[in-house]
Amino acid sequence: MSNLVSIEGLTVTFTGRGKPVRAVDHVSLEVKKGSVLVLLGESGSGKSVTLRSLLRLHPEKTSKVEGRIVVDGHDIMALSKTEIGTVRGRTVSMIFQEPMLALDPVYTLGQQICEAILRHEDVTPEQAHARALALFEKVQIPSPERRLNAYPHEMSGGMRQRAMIALALACRPKVLLADEPTTALDATVQIQILLLLRALQRELGLSIIFVTHDIGVAVEIADKIAVMYAGRIVETGSVADIMHSPRHPYTRGLLASRVERAQKGDRLKTIPGSPPDLTALPPGCAFAPRCDMATQACHQQVPPLVTGDYDNAVACIHA
Amino acid sequence: MLFYTLKRFILTVPVAIGVSLVCFMLVHLAPGDPLTAVLPTDASAELQAQMRTLYGFDKPLPVQYGLWIWRVLHGDLGQSIATGRPVVSEVFNAVTNSLVIAAAATLIGFVLGSLLGIVAGYYQGTWVDRAASLISSLGVSVPHYWLGMVLVIVFSVQLGWLPATGGGPDGSANRSFDWNYLRFLILPAVTMSVIPMGIIARSVRALVGEILTQEFVQALAAKGLTERGVFRHVLKNAAPTAFAVMGLQLGYLLGGSILIETVFSWPGTGFLLNAAIFQRDLPLLQGTILVLALFFVFLNLAVDVVQSAIDPRVQRT
Repeated sequence: MSNLVSIEGLTVTFTGRGKPVRAVDHVSLEVKKGSVLVLLGESGSGKSVTLRSLLRLHPEKTSKVEGRIVVDGHDIMALSKTEIGTVRGRTVSMIFQEPMLALDPVYTLGQQICEAILRHEDVTPEQAHARALALFEKVQIPSPERRLNAYPHEMSGGMRQRAMIALALACRPKVLLADEPTTALDATVQIQILLLLRALQRELGLSIIFVTHDIGVAVEIADKIAVMYAGRIVETGSVADIMHSPRHPYTRGLLASRVERAQKGDRLKTIPGSPPDLTALPPGCAFAPRCDMATQACHQQVPPLVTGDYDNAVACIHA
Repeated sequence: MLFYTLKRFILTVPVAIGVSLVCFMLVHLAPGDPLTAVLPTDASAELQAQMRTLYGFDKPLPVQYGLWIWRVLHGDLGQSIATGRPVVSEVFNAVTNSLVIAAAATLIGFVLGSLLGIVAGYYQGTWVDRAASLISSLGVSVPHYWLGMVLVIVFSVQLGWLPATGGGPDGSANRSFDWNYLRFLILPAVTMSVIPMGIIARSVRALVGEILTQEFVQALAAKGLTERGVFRHVLKNAAPTAFAVMGLQLGYLLGGSILIETVFSWPGTGFLLNAAIFQRDLPLLQGTILVLALFFVFLNLAVDVVQSAIDPRVQRT
């Protein structure tokens, strides 16, 4: 299978106020058609920034994006403003973390979905409305006709996220970007949304890049996982690789600090220290200051991402 | 929607009663006996008593209030002491004139203010923003009577394009909306419009800036909308608040234009209030204030109703 998305050497630097912040540092990723890649990492690890680069959503004035992103034959960085507009929503679309903030509060959901369809396709408003209705049925929103006329604030969180998914799928995109789409939801609704996404992904043959900090969620949806730390990828591999034989000390720390494994009375394991300041990264491995395996060599230079036997890779000299 | 309007309308009743109480009490709160304004200083005690009975001042206050309200509800605000004409017709003429100028000023202010505000909000932090903000700051801080005089000097005295004062070629009585009358409107309306312009520009700038930082703007771009498409959404989000500010400004202009109306001898409520105060014309003062205050109450009502119609987030039930 060919790669639908390929990212090479993506580096994103924010140059707003004060010191430039390198949020993403030489990230290379590939996503095959019809597969789900999860970007796993804590807040500030650069996973959302990576995701938004695919749609070129960073403000041009205050950010510098380097590297090469190709999605379905489109060289994202080279596209003109008009061209990127036709890729957004049509080839690549996005689900946001908090649908209450990501949906326009003064338009009905139906209007917002029809608007996306009419933007990209040459159909009549009636046809667009019929499509919106079918989408609401597809994402299992009860009484869809009535909900199309509802405003975002009139729906529950789970329903809003379903509507957001319907909106993202409106123009039959090939790649779906999901930016922590279940983080703002209750645990029970979370699993429903994940199952829905998984089912839609299989049915439509979508490629999904899914950003989360929750390993439980990652396992549920991923084919492949890429673990990010301080703007770099530290380990990639299949779900089984990552879960059963994590090789990077950071991945191991993440797995060890899960609550699910703990028994009552156990002390919760944590990774000591806190993530580094992105304006002043250490010269070597960014995780070295918190790593119990760190040696002198770790602080010398950034360890390269070394591809292993299968489709996995790790950026640690001790692995 | 209808239910909301009705509910909101009922809520204005206690406010209206409060307003009428305050207006009624004006006569009694003012220092001195209200009769001293009417009677010569050397009036005999007998005459004073007679007048007191005539005006109903001998009855207890609640009864006086009841009688007064009864007359007000029948459209009788008493007679002007100075001119002897019914207060109702005086106030009605003045309100019409003030309404005309306030509406014109608000319209000019809203259009210019929104434009300035949107441009400043979109280009926040650039020189465009600073220029627009400077204009709006000047708008709210320049003394209006001064600006009015400057405009009169330039456009009436030096250039001779527009008349300096008055409500029309033969007063405001036979107003019609042709150039002959509109000429008289331009200078006072422009002078008055700088206040709402500045305030609306500032509100809209803050509003647009705030909307642009919200995530849904990025989400709109993410679904492929052009900048123009996104702009439509920003406008619709900004509109409810912008209209609310405009409505309140219209209200302020209706009552707060004493200086401008005096500079331009515009026969509006400000002019009338000014005259009533200096002539100690209590019935006229009372009537004018009552009408203006009620006007404000209903304007707020209208703004709320319109806002609920265009903003789905305002509770409609």
